[in-house]
Amino acid sequence: MSDHIVSAFTEELERLSADILRMGGIVEEMIVDSCRAVLHNDLELAADVIERDPQVDRMEAEVERQIVSLIARRQPMAHDLRSVFAALKVSGELERIGDLSKNIGKRALNLDAAVFPAMRSGVARMAGPVSRQLHQVLNAYASGNAAEAKAVWETDDEIDQHYNALFREMLTYMIEDPRSISDGAHMLFMAKNLERIGDHCTNIAEFVFFQITGENLVQQDRPKL
Amino acid sequence: MDDTLGNGTTMEKGVLPDAPETSVRMSCRNINVFYGEKQAIYDVSLQIADRSVTALIGPSGCGKSTFLRCLNRMNDTIEGCRVEGEIMMEGKDINSPVIDPVLLRSRVGMVFQKPNPFPKSIYENIAYGPRIHGLAQGREDMDEIVEKSLRRAGLWEEVKDRLNLAGTSLSGGQQQRLCIARAIAVRPEVILMDEPCSALDPIATARIEELIDDLRKRYCIIIVTHSMQQAARVSQRTAFFHLGALVEVGDTDQIFTSPRDRRTEDYITGRFG
Ligand SMILES: Nc1ncnc2c1ncn2[C@@H]1O[C@H](COP(=O)(O)OP(=O)(O)OP(=O)(O)O)[C@@H](O)[C@H]1O
Ligand SMILES: [Mg+2]
Repeated sequence: MSDHIVSAFTEELERLSADILRMGGIVEEMIVDSCRAVLHNDLELAADVIERDPQVDRMEAEVERQIVSLIARRQPMAHDLRSVFAALKVSGELERIGDLSKNIGKRALNLDAAVFPAMRSGVARMAGPVSRQLHQVLNAYASGNAAEAKAVWETDDEIDQHYNALFREMLTYMIEDPRSISDGAHMLFMAKNLERIGDHCTNIAEFVFFQITGENLVQQDRPKL
Repeated sequence: MDDTLGNGTTMEKGVLPDAPETSVRMSCRNINVFYGEKQAIYDVSLQIADRSVTALIGPSGCGKSTFLRCLNRMNDTIEGCRVEGEIMMEGKDINSPVIDPVLLRSRVGMVFQKPNPFPKSIYENIAYGPRIHGLAQGREDMDEIVEKSLRRAGLWEEVKDRLNLAGTSLSGGQQQRLCIARAIAVRPEVILMDEPCSALDPIATARIEELIDDLRKRYCIIIVTHSMQQAARVSQRTAFFHLGALVEVGDTDQIFTSPRDRRTEDYITGRFG
């Protein structure tokens, strides 16, 4: 797309999307690191993830501030309007993902060091596909690729299936050895958090798709696996 | 076909997709306008909905005013200007020789960029049109027309005690509302407005916009504006003109959130075309 006649407007929109991408990068690492902390019982890493959350909150507030000011001064239209709307919504979704990752980090601190390694790796296994979802949708955002955003949106069911499988697996451990129930409950919440992060990625995909195409992805279009 | 509105681009002839449930007040087909040798409007077809506001937008010189003037044959008054094509209103082509342009202009009123009250009293500004068209039976009837027109234009309370003052003694915003009242007084069906707020401050502009929103319940309004925000605020449909051609027409919401044509996008977002 060509530049605005008012070049500062182009710069402001570019800064906005750069901030979103930076926020997305931090949040993506939070997902990976929180699950790595679970896998390796790395308490330091878990604490570190928790400490990153306020930064994400501040970035969201800063994005909101930029957007309010931009709307007041520039009254964006058409693609610009959709970009600003998407940035606002996406930053909110990213903030939620940050919270959920922080929550995984907090639970990691409370796990029994002797928890079944298989339980730890179960959660860590789910982190891969979830963080890839986020990575891919951020790529779609950065490159303006509607097909890629739609692809993320279409694969959300895979995350749900991961979650359901993991849920059953955890229940099996808990039934086998009641001493694992406390850790198992933590693990189930972590898995649930990852599943919800997947949902947030789907929401982001919808906003990115709308920004690029001006059209809404509608529920009926989503293939049910 | 004539009582449906085409959505989307009008680039393909004869294609009028998605007909919303609005009736068409004026139907323009293949309009070409020339100033001498120079062509200013190229093959424009546009359906104009009744009881709604249609905004015409586009860069300076793209032909908005020229097109607007076709709708009440004001181009007739311009030396060397020639209009081709069909403009149907109530089953008649307004360019046909049987149509009296003076009568047409009372039914298709016009409000200009610069308020232009006659150098007469406020009362006379309103009464003039109804008088020459024989719309009033005596003084009482005329008083009523004057009051009703001024009320509809949202000016009555401000001027009711000074109807004998010169129209030109009013503020710019009041003068513009006076001109709208004057246009309304002859009971038009269509009101054309060419940048009616460009000489007004934000408060006076807001009052005119409020008035337009009220008038559209009764009239078909077509407004030319350079303000994207104004077009978005007051109109239900928006038509984008570029280099004398109609590039895109659609629901205002759609034009300002998801225009279909790249040229529309570039214009409304303030980009280099
Ligand atoms: N009376 C005239 N004689 C000759 N050419 C004219 C006349 N009026 C307009 N034109 C030409 O016709 C084209 C369209 O002009 P028009 O005034 O309709 O544009 P516009 O879209 O209303 O522009 P603006 O936004 O600046 O009012 C321009 O190239 C203009 O120079
Ligand atoms: Mg003009």
